[in-house]
Amino acid sequence: MKNKGEIYRISGPVVIISGLNTKMYDVVKVGKEGLMGEVIGIEGEKSTVQVYEETSGLRPGEPVENTGMSLSVELGPGLLESIYDGIQRPLPVLKDTMGDFIKRGVSANGLSREKEWDFVPTVKKGDKVNGGDIIGTVQETENIQHRILVPPNVSGTVDEIKKGKYKVDEVICTLSSGTELMMMQKWPVRKPRPVSKKLMPNTPLITGQRILDGLFPVAKGGTAAIPGPFGSGKTVTQQQLAKWSDTEIVVYIGCGERGNEMADVLSEFPELEDPKTGRPLMERTVLIANTSNMPVAAREASVYTGITIAEYYRDMGYDVSLMADSTSRWAEAMREISSRLEEMPGEEGYPAYLAARLSEFYERSGKVKALCGKEGSITVIGAVSPPGGDFSEPVTQNTLRIVKVFWALDAKLAQRRHFPAINWLNSYSLYSKALEDWYKENVSPEWVKLRNDAMELLQKEAELQEIVQLVGSDALPEDQQLTLEIARMIREYFLQQNAYHEVDTFCAMDKQFKLLKAITAWGDKAQTALEGGASVEDIMKSKTKDDLAKVKFEKDFDAALGVILKNMEEEFAKLRGK
Amino acid sequence: MTKEYKTIREIAGPLIFVEKTEPVGYNELVNINLPDGTTKRGQVLDTSDDIVVVQVFEGTGGLNKECGVRFTGETIKLPVSKDLLGRILSGSGEPLDGGPRIVPEDRLEITGAAINPYARLPPKDFIQTGISTIDGMNTLVRGQKLPIFSGSGLPHNEIALQIARQSKVRGSDEQFAVVFAAMGITNEEAQYFMRDFERTGALERAVVFLNLADDPAVERLITPRLALTAAEYLAYEHDMHVLVILTDITNYCEALRQMGAAREEVPGRRGYPGYMYTDLASLYERAGVVKGRKGSVTQFSILSMPGDDITHPIPDLSGYITEGQIVISRELHRKGIYPPVNVLPSLSRLMNSGIGATRTREDHKAVSDQLYAAYAEGKDLRGLVAIVGKDALSDRDKKFLEFADMFEDRFVRQGADENRDIETTLDIGWELLAELPEAQLTRIDNKYIQKYHPAHKAKEEKKE
Ligand SMILES: Nc1ncnc2c1ncn2[C@@H]1O[C@H](COP(=O)(O)OP(=O)(O)O)[C@@H](O)[C@H]1O
Ligand SMILES: [Mg+2]
Repeated sequence: MKNKGEIYRISGPVVIISGLNTKMYDVVKVGKEGLMGEVIGIEGEKSTVQVYEETSGLRPGEPVENTGMSLSVELGPGLLESIYDGIQRPLPVLKDTMGDFIKRGVSANGLSREKEWDFVPTVKKGDKVNGGDIIGTVQETENIQHRILVPPNVSGTVDEIKKGKYKVDEVICTLSSGTELMMMQKWPVRKPRPVSKKLMPNTPLITGQRILDGLFPVAKGGTAAIPGPFGSGKTVTQQQLAKWSDTEIVVYIGCGERGNEMADVLSEFPELEDPKTGRPLMERTVLIANTSNMPVAAREASVYTGITIAEYYRDMGYDVSLMADSTSRWAEAMREISSRLEEMPGEEGYPAYLAARLSEFYERSGKVKALCGKEGSITVIGAVSPPGGDFSEPVTQNTLRIVKVFWALDAKLAQRRHFPAINWLNSYSLYSKALEDWYKENVSPEWVKLRNDAMELLQKEAELQEIVQLVGSDALPEDQQLTLEIARMIREYFLQQNAYHEVDTFCAMDKQFKLLKAITAWGDKAQTALEGGASVEDIMKSKTKDDLAKVKFEKDFDAALGVILKNMEEEFAKLRGK
Repeated sequence: MTKEYKTIREIAGPLIFVEKTEPVGYNELVNINLPDGTTKRGQVLDTSDDIVVVQVFEGTGGLNKECGVRFTGETIKLPVSKDLLGRILSGSGEPLDGGPRIVPEDRLEITGAAINPYARLPPKDFIQTGISTIDGMNTLVRGQKLPIFSGSGLPHNEIALQIARQSKVRGSDEQFAVVFAAMGITNEEAQYFMRDFERTGALERAVVFLNLADDPAVERLITPRLALTAAEYLAYEHDMHVLVILTDITNYCEALRQMGAAREEVPGRRGYPGYMYTDLASLYERAGVVKGRKGSVTQFSILSMPGDDITHPIPDLSGYITEGQIVISRELHRKGIYPPVNVLPSLSRLMNSGIGATRTREDHKAVSDQLYAAYAEGKDLRGLVAIVGKDALSDRDKKFLEFADMFEDRFVRQGADENRDIETTLDIGWELLAELPEAQLTRIDNKYIQKYHPAHKAKEEKKE
């Protein structure tokens, strides 16, 4: 066998080649146009290849060449603000070379070879460096300092180090062994980048979304899944997280979803400001867009491309969050390829290795001590699109076995435009306990109790609702009627949050606390008033109750809430007087 | 002239297996010459040195092993020119109207390449359809893909036609060109569309592709691709705004399933192929607006939900790809309400970018949200009333119950030729909301209540 073979058979994205010496996951160039593909099976003298581009017109007998490399991404300055397809080809470059529509046979570098970066060394001649160590920095965007790392498998003594403007593929450091380092390094996407050790997540990812931060927080370095039927809010939630989460880097993967959604992100993110730094959100973001109509094998790869880029920034000591919308489309890509290979199907036609692939992927999250000694993290949030909205299907089930946070979207809530349509009874966070200390220290000592009381009230409401369904609400005792009302306030005034409202789209932790506290305060006063003999009917007429409904929309929230709290005192004083 | 092979080894359903060929390209167009002198067309599904699998669009009826097979060396293309407008073609693109063949300006691949997401412009131009449930609560924008999810015997055709007739972008008098593709619908249904196009003069601005119920099912796999290729050509080469109506997507999916079964593939959910999501995406995603190009492709397709079940794989996978859905309700239809749109499961994902102060009216979003919330609550209460009776409801709840009825009667219901502008739609919304206690309007900013609520509006106007 040799380095050149030929096509034997073509069936959609799967091509079988003969006469070529290959290893698993080698990247090969298929056909006269040199379409990019990856070896995913070897049998005798034939290899099976998944091709990342359209295969129409490809014929048996066309040549195939092995590059001998695994599918890799280019890592270095210039990743931020980029938008890539599933195999890290920059979409703007593709547009320049092939026009508005994606044609094929064009390769494009992940990182620009033209752009020069100002490299500032942090080591000097004679220093000993190991894999993952920082040898210098580059100001990649206004707020993000890109730390240039020694590739994980390299070490030695610095013989020469440069300073000044260089391109990513120019040598900036030479080791005494003769090894030359550039600002760019390559890494095979299917292989996790090594870390020094894994740490326990203990800080919440603050998202500015009340139901998430308030009730079901995910930790930095943790994992969360957001399953739901179509139209229930997976994408909006993911985008809200990409916009407002307090991480330093965001990797957003549009995996087999809509083209317009990516266009939307591209037009919006440069305009929006990071609430923490005031800089355009795009400056901290890497986008990967392999939409539903783009080649399915590249969709399969997109998730790996994304997580590898995330790991690279984690290795610099950054907190990274990664959103994958949708992991179901990734799983389906696996299924599609697997069925072309005529593999033995597992549950619902998915390959038997579905569960393993999902857990390998989520395992790449985590809070870590990086090789360079700094702490970094990757929080992974995966959208899941269960057929018919039925959570018992394999992708949802296998995902829930791995992730620690479950945000259950609910079509019923979405239909009545209760957003985010996250069901407060079914969702959970296994981090809640571990994060309590953080909330007590950084938000308020009262927070945990407030939150638990609110959860309890919502639970109570669900029980009462069952009775109401049988007898009507008027038949309930007055104190229970009041309980229902307070629960409604928590749902509508606190949990509901309109992603499109200019003020309410983001809610700082302090505001979340004050809002929940005010609603609870109203509830307590109302209970006391009821016990003191006031009627539910009178209590319900409370004007401050209505004011609380809209206070979250106020630009000057603190002032508006101050007024309401004052009026609340007076209102209930009067009720007592009656 | 390419070589003719007489080496068909097997014929199975819509597939033929040809052996001993020279290398044949994947997806290549194939001509099959029958003994009676006719020709059928097909496409390569799988190719190798040993055997080539071809799906035959016009069906394999009449084929035998003596047929000659020619591989054309190219993928399927549609001849295009501006003269397509006004023409009626078959489901595989042959003239049906007795007119001449199209003299092509170009021949375009019908599979169509994916639009580079970076080249897309987010759609945002409000299309006024004149239908309140759509304009007010599920707004359509230019470049969107928004199907009608319906069921057998429901008036989806009437609604699609009303939309085709009335749709316009405000402040422009450009008319939409219509590309209409029938897939497996009855002749009678097709005639219903054709008559309406003729009556309104829309036919001059239309390209029609007809694959009817008695035409071969496999042909349905190319009909929508021909239609979308024509649409893209008119939109991107001739700056036209094109409205594409594909009907019925369900028949398309049935053909896909049939094809998968013929190939003995491992079936996915309910027997549909595992790649149906990807396949449907290759149709639906061919809608949009491209930066720097003037035209646009808007899709308003019809899909009948088998058994009215929205979780069935066809509507389910569609809903995961399209930018929302307009759901037609049998219950409202039975009540005699036209157009029987059930707003609750309906959705337009692009609504938020198409509405607001500069596009429709500043209060639009708030009014829509409030109508949704109130109607959902009213409908829930109907269920409760059936158990405990109306008297067990609080006064507040009674108001919501009544609201739901009024909403269906005054907001949803309208005439088949009634073309409401967006202000009228929103004003009707306000009239209905005014029947609820004002404190219940929690979705609406106070400033809009002051400005648009009938109770305050009257005062404001008096003051002036
Ligand atoms: N937090 C939210 N605030 C306001 N609207 C929302 C919110 N979440 C979802 N929506 C509405 O629901 C629609 C569907 O949400 P989307 O995230 O696209 O659903 P999915 O990805 O689950 O199909 C959106 O177009 C939007 O109108
Ligand atoms: Mg989505």
